[in-house]
Amino acid sequence: MDLHFLDAVPEDSEREAVDTVLGPPESGWDGGTRQASDLRFAEGGHTARGRRDLLLPALHAVNDRVGWISPAALDYICRRLTIPPAEAYGVATFYAMFSLNERPRRVVHVCTDIACAAKGSQQLCAQLTERAGPAGAEGGEFTWHESPCLGLCERAPAAVSFEAGDPPRYSVAAPAAADEIVPAPGEVPAQESAGAGSPNGHGPALNGGRPRRRTFSPETLPGPAPEPPASAAVPQAGDPDLLLLRRIGVVDPASLDDYRANGGYLALREALRMGQSAVIREVTDSGLVGRGGAAFPTGRKWDGTAKRPETPRYVICNADESEPGTFKDRVIMEGDPFSVIESLTIAGYANNAAKGYIYIRGEYPRALSLLENAIELAHARNLLGRDILGSGFDFDIEIRRGAGAYICGEETAIFNSIEGLRGEPRSKPPFPVERGVFGKPTAINNVETLVNVLPIMQMGGPAYAAIGTGRSTGPKLFCVSGSVQRPGVYEVPFGASLRELIEMCGGTGTGPDGAPRVPRAVLLGGAAGGFVRGDELDIPLTFEGARDAGATLGSGVVLVLDDTVDLAAILVRIAAFFRDESCGQCVPCRVGTVRQEEALVRLSQGAGPRRTDIALLREVGEAMRDASICGLGQTAWNAVESAIDRLGVFGPQEEQPVKEVR
Amino acid sequence: MSTPVAIGAPRRLVEVTVDGQEVRVPEGATILDACEAVGTDVPTLCYGDTLTPRNACRVCVVEVEGARTLVPACSRKVEESMSVATDSERVRHSRKMVLELLGSSVDLSTTPGVPEWNERYDARPERFGPRAEPAPLGERDARHAGEHEVGDGTVAATVEQPTKVDNDLYVRDYGKCIMCYKCVDACGEQWQNTFAIGIAGRGFDARVSTEHDVALPDSACVYCGNCIEVCPTGALSFRTEYEMRNEGTWDEERQSQTTTICTYCGVGCNVTLHVQDNEIVKVTSPHDNPVTHGNLCIKGRFGFQHVQQRRRD
Repeated sequence: MDLHFLDAVPEDSEREAVDTVLGPPESGWDGGTRQASDLRFAEGGHTARGRRDLLLPALHAVNDRVGWISPAALDYICRRLTIPPAEAYGVATFYAMFSLNERPRRVVHVCTDIACAAKGSQQLCAQLTERAGPAGAEGGEFTWHESPCLGLCERAPAAVSFEAGDPPRYSVAAPAAADEIVPAPGEVPAQESAGAGSPNGHGPALNGGRPRRRTFSPETLPGPAPEPPASAAVPQAGDPDLLLLRRIGVVDPASLDDYRANGGYLALREALRMGQSAVIREVTDSGLVGRGGAAFPTGRKWDGTAKRPETPRYVICNADESEPGTFKDRVIMEGDPFSVIESLTIAGYANNAAKGYIYIRGEYPRALSLLENAIELAHARNLLGRDILGSGFDFDIEIRRGAGAYICGEETAIFNSIEGLRGEPRSKPPFPVERGVFGKPTAINNVETLVNVLPIMQMGGPAYAAIGTGRSTGPKLFCVSGSVQRPGVYEVPFGASLRELIEMCGGTGTGPDGAPRVPRAVLLGGAAGGFVRGDELDIPLTFEGARDAGATLGSGVVLVLDDTVDLAAILVRIAAFFRDESCGQCVPCRVGTVRQEEALVRLSQGAGPRRTDIALLREVGEAMRDASICGLGQTAWNAVESAIDRLGVFGPQEEQPVKEVR
Repeated sequence: MSTPVAIGAPRRLVEVTVDGQEVRVPEGATILDACEAVGTDVPTLCYGDTLTPRNACRVCVVEVEGARTLVPACSRKVEESMSVATDSERVRHSRKMVLELLGSSVDLSTTPGVPEWNERYDARPERFGPRAEPAPLGERDARHAGEHEVGDGTVAATVEQPTKVDNDLYVRDYGKCIMCYKCVDACGEQWQNTFAIGIAGRGFDARVSTEHDVALPDSACVYCGNCIEVCPTGALSFRTEYEMRNEGTWDEERQSQTTTICTYCGVGCNVTLHVQDNEIVKVTSPHDNPVTHGNLCIKGRFGFQHVQQRRRD
C-alpha cells in the first residue's frame, strides 16, 4: 500500500500524545525520522496495518491533549499506523466529540434531550448564548454544544465539560447553572499547562507492561459543585434485598478490598469451580435475557459463541449507554465498577475468550476513571491477567472509549468502532457469535445483563429464574426520570406495574402551583421505545406485558411527562436526535430521519396539511422499520408513531388496523 | 504431461422459491442471483457486479418468509427452502419510499433506470415539498457530526451542491451522489488500493471525501477512473462528458461503442471507446473481462487525446 501523506509537521504535544498510545516509532517506516539504516529493510504489509484498532485511542489522545485534531496530527497517526489519511479522516469526522478544526480547549456539552428539555435546558442554552455566543461559536475561551442525552437524567438539566491538557480534566454539572459552567475569565489556559500526568490510560500494554495512567485528571474542573456519589441516583441504596444495586452506596467504588468484603469475587470463584459449560448452563437455566433493549437470551448467545471452533474469541461489555433517558449502566459503573469487571471475567471464562473489551461512551468520564482504577487493582491481585486465581484461565480487559456516537451502541457498530473503522453497523447475518470483532466469535452483552450473572452464579440459575414472571426472569433496573418526586435507578423484580414503579418514586407530586401533577404520558424504552398514556399505568413491566400492550421495555427507560410539557416539541427533539445519530449508511434511515424531522416540524408549528403529513410520516416510518440495516433506523419511528396513535398528539386518529408484532 | 486445472469444489444446489416459482441455485448464491435465474427483475443501485455488496441503498429489498424485516437481495445468501417475495405490498412500499427519499434529496437526472422504477412503484419524490437551495461549495464538507440546523419544514433538504471541478480528467458532482460506497470500495481495497477517498461525516451529512476535503491533485488519487466506472448515478464523470452536457451536445443516441485492446502496455486490458461524431468522449471497460474486471489505469482511461484533436481549435 503506497500511502500519500500531507507534508505537515505535527506539534511536539501532538506527537507525544500519539506516542503515549502507540509507543515511540521504531523507524522511518512507522512515522519516525528516516535514517539511512531504514533503507536496508522494508516494513509494511499486514503487520504494519495490524494496529488499525489503535486509531480511535490515538485520535482520543490528540483530542484530549490539544482539544482538536489538526491535519498534521492526523497525518502523523496515519504514518504510525499505516492508515490511508482519507480513511482516518472518515473515522475522525464520524464522531461528534472530535473536531478537525481548531477550537478552544474547553468544550461544554449541554444536554438538550428529552429529560433535560423537560427540566429547562432551553433556558440554560439561552443563558449560554447570551454569555458566549451561539452553540458552536469558537471565538471565546470555551465553546459549547447542544448534546444528546448525557445519561444524567435524574439530575437534569445536565452539562459535561472537558478541557484538553496533560492530563485532560472534566467536570459534570447536574443540575447545571450557567454560572457554574462558564469558566471565569482567564481560567482556561491558552497554552497547555505543564502537568505530570499523561493522557489515555486505555489502549494496549506498552512494552509488555500495563499502562498505569488514567485518562482524566482526578481533579475536576473548578465551577460546578462536586458530583454526588452514584448512590444519590439510587433511592433504594442500602436495601440488603437488592441483587444488582446491593453494593451501591455501601462500598467505596475505588476499593477492591471493600468490594471483596461485600461479596465481591465470590461469583468468579464459584464460576471457576463449576467449569465453563456449567456456567453457561446456569445462565441458560436462569432465563436471563439481554437488558440493552433486544432481550436476546444470554445463555443462547454464550452457548453459540463458546461452541464456535474459531479462536481467539472475544467478549465485549457494551457500556455505550446512549439511549435517551437511560443511565442505569452509568450508575452501576460509578457505584460498583468491580462488579462489571468480575462479570465480564466470568463471561470471558464461559466463552473461553482470550480478551474482553469494555466499550464505554465518551460522555462518561467518571465511570471511565473508576473502571480504569478497577482494572488496575484487579490486575494487581491476579483477578485479571495470567492464570487467574490459580485456575489456569488467562484473561485481560481493555477499555475502549467512544467519542459521541449513539450508533456505536449497536453491537456490530461497536466491532467496527473498536477495529478503527467508522462506527457503521454491519449487516447480519453473519451474527456476532459467528463473526464479531476482528472477524472472530464474540459475545457482546450490556452492562446490566452482565451484572446479572453474579447473582446467577451465587444462587444458581433455577433460583434466579424464580424471581420475576414467566419469561421475564430476575430483577430489572428502571431509569425513572422526568416528573417524579424521586428520579433515579430502581431495581424491581419483573412483574411490578408501571403505576407501582411510579409510586416507588414518590409519584408525580405537585406542580409549582401546588396542584397535583398529572402524568400525561410515559416514554417507555427511550427514543427507540414508545409512549404510553397517563391512564395506562397498569401495564405490567415485563417483556410480555409491555409487548401485549404494544409497548417495549427497551433499555428500561421510564420518562414521565406531565401535562406542562410540549409533546410536539419533544417529538421534534426525538426526530432531530435520530437525524443526528443515523450513521448514514442506508437510505431509509439516512434520508427517512430527515423527512421525519421536516414533517414533525411542520406539524408542531401547525403548518402544512396535517393529514397528509401524518400519512407521510407513516409511510416513511414503515419503510425505515422494514428496510433499514440496523435497529436505529428500524426503531426511529416508534416513539413518533406511538405519540400520534396513542397520545393523539396531533389530534385523534382514525382506527389503525392492528398490526402484527414484528 | 497434462497440467491439473483447478475447477473448485462442486457446489451443492439449494432450492428456493421466488414468487412461488421454484428454482435451484448454487449454494452461496444471493437472492439476487436466484431472482435473475427465474427472470425476475430486481432494481439495484448500490450493487456492483464487480464489487462486494454493501446493501446500502435498500432498493433491492425483498420479503423472506419468516424474517422480521425485509432483506437486501443483493447480499443475502440463499438458504435451503427459502421463500422469497419480490413484489409483495411491503416490498413495493419500501422500494417506492427508497426511490422517493433518494429522488427528493439527490439529483437522479443521470441515473439510468430511475424513471422506469418511479413509474413501476408509483414513486413521487416531489411530495416531500420544494427542494432546498443547493449548499455552497464546501459547506457540506465542513459539517460536524451530530449537529444540524433544524429547518422550518418548508423545504426538503437535499445533498445538492456545485460540481467539484479540480482537475482536467474527471469531475465530482456530489449533488448526484447516493452514497453507494462503490467509488470508495473501487478506490480502496477491493480494486485500486489507492485509498484517495473515503466516507466522511455522519448521517445525512455523510459524504465521499478526500482527507480534509483537499482537491484531487493534492490527494492520493492516481486518476485510474475506476470510481467513474462503478458510479451508478453519473456523480463521477469524465470532464469531456461534463462539458458536453453543459454545452448541451452530449447525446448518447449518437454514440457508438467499440471495444478494443489498450495499446499502452502488455497487460491487454480491454477498453470500450464511446465515440460521438467521430470523437472519443468517454472510455469504459467491460466488467466481464477476466483480466481487469472493468478496471483500467490513467493511460487506458484518459489517454485517448492523441488520437483526436478535440479542442485544438
